[in-house]
Amino acid sequence: MTNLNHSPASPARRVASSTLLSLTHPNKSMFERQRALLRKAVPAGFPSPADDYVERRLSLDEHLIQHRESTFFMRVAGHSMRELGIFDGDLLVVDRSVPAAHGSVVVAVLDGEFTVKQLLYTPKGKVLRAAHPDYPEVVVKPEQDFSIWGVVQWNVHKV
Amino acid sequence: MNRAIALVDCNNFYVSCERVFRPDLEGKPVVVLSNNDGCVVSRSQEVKDLGLKMAVPWYQMKDLAKRHGIIALSSNYSLYADISNRVMSLLAQFSPEQEVYSIDESFLDLSGIAVEHAQYAQQMRETVRRCVGIPVCVGVASSKTLAKLANHVAKKNARFSGVCDFNAQTEPELDALFAAIDVGEVWGVGRRSTVRLNAMGIHSVLDLKRTSPKRLRDEFSVVQERIVEELNGTACLELDDVVPDKQQIICSRSFGTLTSLLPDLEQAVVAYASRAAEKLRQQQSLAGGIQVYIRTNPHRERDPQYQQAVLMPLPDPTDDTRLLCQAALHGLQRIYRAGYAYQKAGVMLTEIIPSSARPRTLFDDVEAMQKSHALMRTLDRINRNMGSGTIRLLGEGTDKAWAMRRGNVSKRYTTEWAELAVCAARA
Repeated sequence: MTNLNHSPASPARRVASSTLLSLTHPNKSMFERQRALLRKAVPAGFPSPADDYVERRLSLDEHLIQHRESTFFMRVAGHSMRELGIFDGDLLVVDRSVPAAHGSVVVAVLDGEFTVKQLLYTPKGKVLRAAHPDYPEVVVKPEQDFSIWGVVQWNVHKV
Repeated sequence: MNRAIALVDCNNFYVSCERVFRPDLEGKPVVVLSNNDGCVVSRSQEVKDLGLKMAVPWYQMKDLAKRHGIIALSSNYSLYADISNRVMSLLAQFSPEQEVYSIDESFLDLSGIAVEHAQYAQQMRETVRRCVGIPVCVGVASSKTLAKLANHVAKKNARFSGVCDFNAQTEPELDALFAAIDVGEVWGVGRRSTVRLNAMGIHSVLDLKRTSPKRLRDEFSVVQERIVEELNGTACLELDDVVPDKQQIICSRSFGTLTSLLPDLEQAVVAYASRAAEKLRQQQSLAGGIQVYIRTNPHRERDPQYQQAVLMPLPDPTDDTRLLCQAALHGLQRIYRAGYAYQKAGVMLTEIIPSSARPRTLFDDVEAMQKSHALMRTLDRINRNMGSGTIRLLGEGTDKAWAMRRGNVSKRYTTEWAELAVCAARA
């Protein structure tokens, strides 16, 4: 967590360093970097040798979310995907903008309900495969109400 | 080169948002109701086809709803706002200039974009549909007023497949379309102007287009004159690409049940002031005053009626929830009268200035301000991460007997961890 008192919006803080802050652009990552620099720069004394190397901390959002607008989170209920490492209660990161390929793990809508399955294109047609020996494959019948809602990009599992 | 302005409008936006996470509602008649489940504010196509109008009080149509199996949902603005933000930022990728006009409408400037606009607009539709699941229609024309109208045409006529480009049509083709559209459909022509225009013999959009601007200016104002110019293809209204910070922040709601008790009103006022303060901090502003108002239900004519408002100036502009609530409560005590059944309360923050423009005085208590700032930032962060209302003033109360009626509200699928959509791994 960054130090709360060092926000650029803090009036008190600005009194102390108004000239420096007025140079900043309202761009968040830039603010953060400048703020980090300010923290070191204001008190007198020997400057930290690391000051030149201040970088933005890693964010998991950046890693897991490729398309911010089309990515949604969903909760898993059930055990049928466990052999692909998806367990009951896990958190799925689902991207709607990615096309579903043969073998993609998808969130599909089957007869009005969300279901997570592996999608296969076979000579029989589209097949939804579970990853559990107790659950048989489902061949999507043409008369069935079926659509792909999104493609699962990541699964977040609590260890 | 001709101006090309697109208006992108989401179809049945609130209902469409609900359907993204409730695919079982696809193809069924669905309505979304306003706060307190009062009126219909969004209808699916199936409901429109039944002839059911907007803004009808829900209780008046319960029988009809039962007969046709209409599903009524309470409004879920957390969901709609998030979906809207996603739609708007997708659309921003299609043009260097965007004006977000409302929660479900956006203007885009396509002038100078050297592709066929109708095809480009189809790409927008496809992108929004695929990425967010929301159906949209696009109107393209040489002015904002015409773009609105083109959107109307795209929506009403299936043969346009959701996109209508007036710039690609000839004058006679357009006139034929305009002759069939009621003048009241024109952007900026209200119900009362429609009556006056009809009295002048102006019934269709074509009639209005052919009226001399001068005649309208004499009868109405420069606004109507401009509408005629815009209908004739001269863009008078530019795109406002910068959304100005709000000069007033209002938070008011009707109660679920009428109340005459001061403690109920106090709780409501604290809750609304807290919400308003949160919005104020989001736009990094301070308020110089807070207005409080309360009123009885004007539709219950036999009840004694009372309404009153008071503006409480603040000694220093602030964004501190505690100070704003304190001022609001003082105000409430001044206007509250016993013996009335109150239906609504509200607060409005006024004299809003950017935090950076706060006048400094010799007597600023810097330490107290720093503490207040840190506390508010922490409060906002916790409420953002753990769910809104996780930490709030006790003054809001815990039972909220007065709170809004929302009988059938869906989950906040995109803004609350505890309310994510569930995906079955069972078959």
